[in-house]
Amino acid sequence: MKKDMYILGIETSCDETAASIVKNGTEIISNVVASQIVSQKRFGGVVPEIASRHHVEQITLVIEEALLDAGMKPADLDAVAVTEGPGLVGALLIGINAAKAFAFANSLPIIGVHHIAGHIYANELMQRMEFPLLALIVSGGHTELVLMGAHGSFKLIGETRDDAAGEAYDKVARVLGLPYPGGPEIDKLAAGSDAEIKFPRAWLEPGSYDFSFSGLKSSVINYKHNLDQRGEEINPAHVAAGFQASVVEVLTTKALRAAKEYNVKQVIAAGGVAANRGLRASLEKAFQEKGIPFYVPPISLCTDNAAMIAAAGSAMFTEGVRGTLAMNGKPGMPLISWNTEK
Amino acid sequence: MIWLGIDTANTPLSVAIVKDGVLLVEENSGMAINHSLRAMPAIEELLTKAELKPSDIDAIAVSEGPGSYTGVRIGVTIAKTLAWTLDKPLVGISSLRALAMDALFFDGLICPIVDARRGNVYAGVYRYDNGKLISIYEDGHYSLEDIMKFLEQDDNQVLFVGKDTVMHEGEISERLGQQAVIAPLHFNLPRASALIHAAIQSEQESDVHTFVPQYRRIAEAEANWLKGQGKDKSRE
Ligand SMILES: [Zn+2]
Repeated sequence: MKKDMYILGIETSCDETAASIVKNGTEIISNVVASQIVSQKRFGGVVPEIASRHHVEQITLVIEEALLDAGMKPADLDAVAVTEGPGLVGALLIGINAAKAFAFANSLPIIGVHHIAGHIYANELMQRMEFPLLALIVSGGHTELVLMGAHGSFKLIGETRDDAAGEAYDKVARVLGLPYPGGPEIDKLAAGSDAEIKFPRAWLEPGSYDFSFSGLKSSVINYKHNLDQRGEEINPAHVAAGFQASVVEVLTTKALRAAKEYNVKQVIAAGGVAANRGLRASLEKAFQEKGIPFYVPPISLCTDNAAMIAAAGSAMFTEGVRGTLAMNGKPGMPLISWNTEK
Repeated sequence: MIWLGIDTANTPLSVAIVKDGVLLVEENSGMAINHSLRAMPAIEELLTKAELKPSDIDAIAVSEGPGSYTGVRIGVTIAKTLAWTLDKPLVGISSLRALAMDALFFDGLICPIVDARRGNVYAGVYRYDNGKLISIYEDGHYSLEDIMKFLEQDDNQVLFVGKDTVMHEGEISERLGQQAVIAPLHFNLPRASALIHAAIQSEQESDVHTFVPQYRRIAEAEANWLKGQGKDKSRE
């Protein structure tokens, strides 16, 4: 009988301090997340220095809780997986150095995981991935379409040329005077709106799978500015609905076209913005109509967490990928395949 | 009793192992290498040289700052994670005290300095008294001017330590003249063995989970936010 594999995941790339233990790459044994949203709310966004200070306060507590919740000791683990990048460098370094110290003290191997590979592998915790697979990653820092031919094989087919979708949400939310984080607020307003302002869609050149959201953000700002000049009040719900409709239509259309072109067996959405109800509903409807299986993890696995890092780390561990004690934070780390055969 | 000492609070790296009061091995480097690249490999090499395993460590001393925010955090994160998972005591020592330790027998005032840009320094003033290093001007983030004013009121000679002293040597000798003594170069790197000595003396164990760096300075965003709230605590 094959021995079970237990991987400890650690994630500190932005404003969540998280640790999790995952069994065989698919089963969550424990999943602990300490969020800084309450503290960062004061600043209307994530301040890197504040994020790093919070991570130091939380890191050992969070790892200890992940072990206690799982009823496990360090000796029960097979490896430690940690987010190596991309992210805020000062924040990444806390998770990385805690992971290295923990791995060293307990004679465990260490694995550096790409944050986006983590978001994609959050789906392995729900159902098995089938290839070829298309992943749509939408978060505060990312908007990407990734094609996977096999485990650990990533091909970036489209990405944002300016703002990430989540960034656009936060900026528009600020224009509308909504609290941070802006995404859920806009989603809520849009859902309850009875009309929408028509904003442009950025399709870019024909055939492109890239995205652009800065033009959309500017048209929202201009729209408000024009009304301000005329002394008229904007209707935030109508603006939110119009903005969201533009984002959702572009994301859905491009994902659908890519899924058909590459004849994929499965489409998955990942990242914090994948928790957006409007986007989820639109993607679900579009792929259902075409008969392509589509999955989104539950909200707790869409937002940053360590179970997804442990899941990706498990796949890497099985492939023999290992890091060293000289691991450094890589704020601009590219998504590189660890399986280059397919 | 085996101690591991770690100092990554500023550009230099120092790690040391002391066993039963004897310094076994120490690595001191003034090179500007990212601590995340060097600190853990250095600790691993040191234990190998000392023919020890991680579980042989009985206590950990770490430089708690002030200094480079990221640098301090790397050392503190490594130290607290090791202390927690090995279930061993952790002692935090001021990075400035660690620098002043090298000058223990100086008969006068000892002023460790770390440059903090824009005319500011992390500094403190110490005096060697009855085998102990006494802090007489609290460690903090000051303008060099604040430190000079304090020292000018005193008649004692002042020994400046720390590799950043050279950056301020002109202003120091202009203000203090013969009163100022600049430390020789071998006093200017923090030594983890001095940190361990201070930790043994202090007999003050820290709570591992809640242990955080002593930044001695509020984050800029927080200072601005407090200002907006009408409570200026930027000099906290
Ligand atoms: Zn993320």
